[in-house]
Amino acid sequence: MSNSIKVSVWRGRETGEFQSFDVPRQPSQTVLDIVTFIQRNIDPTLSYRFACRVGMCGSCAMTVNGKPRWTCRTHVDKVVEDGEIQISPLRNLKVVKDLTCDMTEFFDKMNKAEGKFHPTKTRHDDFDVVLPDDPTRQLAAQGIECIGCAVCYSACDVVEWNKDYLGPAALNRAWTLVNDVRDGGNKERLTAISGDSGCHACHSQQGCVKHCPKNLSPTRSIAGLKRATMKAALKGEI
Amino acid sequence: MSNARVETKLWVWQRLSAAVLAVCVIVHLIVIVYAVQDGLSAAEIITRVSGNFLWLAFYSVFVIAIAVHAPIGIRTILKEMTSIGPGPTHMIMATFSLVILAMGFRAVIGLFNASVGG
Repeated sequence: MSNSIKVSVWRGRETGEFQSFDVPRQPSQTVLDIVTFIQRNIDPTLSYRFACRVGMCGSCAMTVNGKPRWTCRTHVDKVVEDGEIQISPLRNLKVVKDLTCDMTEFFDKMNKAEGKFHPTKTRHDDFDVVLPDDPTRQLAAQGIECIGCAVCYSACDVVEWNKDYLGPAALNRAWTLVNDVRDGGNKERLTAISGDSGCHACHSQQGCVKHCPKNLSPTRSIAGLKRATMKAALKGEI
Repeated sequence: MSNARVETKLWVWQRLSAAVLAVCVIVHLIVIVYAVQDGLSAAEIITRVSGNFLWLAFYSVFVIAIAVHAPIGIRTILKEMTSIGPGPTHMIMATFSLVILAMGFRAVIGLFNASVGG
């Protein structure tokens, strides 16, 4: 292990350039550690975003050597190439500054996909019983661990081609709610995710699956949505 | 018809036609291999398919499935890769479908009516 790493970091907005830094190598060092070292010790004007540092909040995703990754859980050892690392903002999102992206579009699309709970009961009703081995609960469980980091959104070529495409995370969220027996919003949801920006635009390339740090399969969720919309269309519900 | 309904139905039609095409292509390839082993010639093909209603039906289904399947894919490519609006896109889809139908059925009916040496 050499004593330092040559790090190229994107500086600017949509236009800008890479700036090189030499950062001391540490054992068990993460990519987020590198960015933090640069900001605290070399250039305090470097902008980036993080919060939890333990892979829960989904704030720190960046493009590392050309691939979208959660930087707090990405060890330098695994991504360094010839002693060098290139760090840039996520693809498919507007750059606010340096490594910070504007996530507005990403989260707006969660709402457009009806990724919110539609309650069906009041406080006077009894609880729904959802057993762990219930098939719909298990389908929901496969997608529920999304942390909203936008790595899948950055990895998706369809998002690049079709700016209105809702994207893997929003559609995955919709699929977890389709399988929530307590939810009453499926008619609106399936209508929202069936338009020309919805689940049928997915090419099943599985870039989202390849890069999801939580090992989820948004492609499987989207395939589930396609089947659900087909059934709804045949019944005349959408 | 709502946008959601159109997109869903187009997806269903493309999947259904893909399923039909999967069977058609396999049968088509198996027959080609079988025919080549016996020596491939125009005369032999015409002897096999000419006047045969089973092959007429099979290749008619094949052509119709292509005419359904391909334009829906073309539509997606045009939507993603070009900035032409829905009007021209649907015109191109319809034209593409009609060209496939015309060329396909010309071949299918031509072979059905063909005779060796004529």
